[in-house]
Amino acid sequence: MTTAVLPAPARRRDRPFWLLARTEGLLFLRSAGSVLWTALLPVVAVVVLGIVPGTRHASRSFGGLSPLEVYVPILMMYVFLMAAVNMLPAVLTGYRERGVLRRLSTTPVPPSRLLGAQALIYLGLGIVVDAVILVIATAFGARSPHQFAGFVLSLLLVAAATMGIGMLITAVAPTEKTANAIGLAAFFPLMFFAGLWIPRASMDSVLRTISDYSPLGAGVRALQASTDGHWPPAAALLVLAGYAIVCGAAAARLFRWE
Amino acid sequence: MASVPVIEVERLHKRYGDRTAVADVSFSVDEGEIFGILGPNGAGKTTTVECVSGLRKADGGRIQVLGLDPVRDRAGVVADLGVQLQHSELPPNLRVGEALRLFSSFYERPADWRELLDVLGLGPQVGTRFGKLSGGQQQRLSIALALIGNPRVAILDELTTGLDPAARRDTWELIESVRDRGVTILLVTHFMAEAERLCDRVAVIDSGRVVALDTPGQLTARLDVQQRIRFVPSTPIDDGLLSDLPEVESVTRRGEEVLVVGGGDALAAVAALLARQGVIAHRLRVEQPSLDDAFLAITEHQES
Repeated sequence: MTTAVLPAPARRRDRPFWLLARTEGLLFLRSAGSVLWTALLPVVAVVVLGIVPGTRHASRSFGGLSPLEVYVPILMMYVFLMAAVNMLPAVLTGYRERGVLRRLSTTPVPPSRLLGAQALIYLGLGIVVDAVILVIATAFGARSPHQFAGFVLSLLLVAAATMGIGMLITAVAPTEKTANAIGLAAFFPLMFFAGLWIPRASMDSVLRTISDYSPLGAGVRALQASTDGHWPPAAALLVLAGYAIVCGAAAARLFRWE
Repeated sequence: MASVPVIEVERLHKRYGDRTAVADVSFSVDEGEIFGILGPNGAGKTTTVECVSGLRKADGGRIQVLGLDPVRDRAGVVADLGVQLQHSELPPNLRVGEALRLFSSFYERPADWRELLDVLGLGPQVGTRFGKLSGGQQQRLSIALALIGNPRVAILDELTTGLDPAARRDTWELIESVRDRGVTILLVTHFMAEAERLCDRVAVIDSGRVVALDTPGQLTARLDVQQRIRFVPSTPIDDGLLSDLPEVESVTRRGEEVLVVGGGDALAAVAALLARQGVIAHRLRVEQPSLDDAFLAITEHQES
């Protein structure tokens, strides 16, 4: 501190929201764990599935699909689940705990923009990684979605539903630690009913009914139907939209900035 | 000085549940002034500035910053208000330069963040992540973020807490230069030396009320605190002669040093006596009441 004189005003150079999103993106890339678990793991998984020869053939226990085809939608949803339900709440509750959101409240850019920036980068991440998964899976011989518009719509609704759940966790979790714990506790049942461990085709009717009403179970239903060339069942789309709206509204009511 | 105060707080009242954090606080800050808020821990200082910043809604009273209500006219106030908060961190992986560039994008006419970094002595840390900064560096970054928008009003809460003496002095210089640019500053502190050096006026808050509001000099002068005169006499002197002086209250000795305690005129009386006796006072020191004493007297008086 040699010359203690305040510098003269300059002109604004960057657009705040995009710089915020860019900065949040950089911070995401700097946390190796997040990149590994959300982006690399599902891509590696689809490559491994593609390489193992047995997974490319249709199987009765998989409802007439090949194991690769069964797991592609699950892996695609996994990215959104990881990003929105596990990463997002931990990051945002951490920001709240450390006073980052409070600090933003004192500037002309409200902290809600930070939520928007976070949502945007995780949505972008999900879309990019899912596109990579789809391309790899197709290259290994999995069927590409025949009803493409329905497929994209289903995926976006999965993104919205997981984002709603993630925001709700962010709203109710008092600390980063609890957000992590809730995120992890939510992860396993959500993935279970998506059919990660028991494919939906092998579930008994009780499990499959619960799966139908779970966000990722409905997601698998919608994605599978559009892969087969049908428009996704309205019930599945409604379940997804319901989670997005109900959780999102609850989050908006309960959200605390500090 | 402008006729309209930059910050006006009238009968501010704020409760958290059953606990009253601020009972009744009023003050106003003129343009270009450095106004200090002093008080013991838990007195309601931070709550007061949080209400002025618009971070908390007052339960009663009226607050105006630059003529606007900081909660209702949020957008109008934040553009011209820089706030440095206690316990406000940044993401640990965010680099210093990135933080400043980001925050400078929030304002219409920001300060040049590279220059600001140099001014605050953080130039070499431009690429350092927030989590790797020392406490003092984090504090300086926090000050930089409060000033990045070229605010007309700056609110600084515990400005120099965690800084070493040299950094504290540099920060004081910086704050003075900020004020010289016409920025009005509301400063929360518990360092009396800081208030004495920087503040034009201070409000002493205790238990949610303003118990004194004046210039640091007046607060000290108002105080009827005794003078403490210490010296080593060149030749032995009878304590009785000193204690017989009407201005003197007590005389004690510590080794060869004599300590005389008395009222405001004690020094003149003691000096005259010593001159009459032909005694030279070596190592003469007079301890004047400081803002510290004034603060303690004011807040202790409140408790009794």
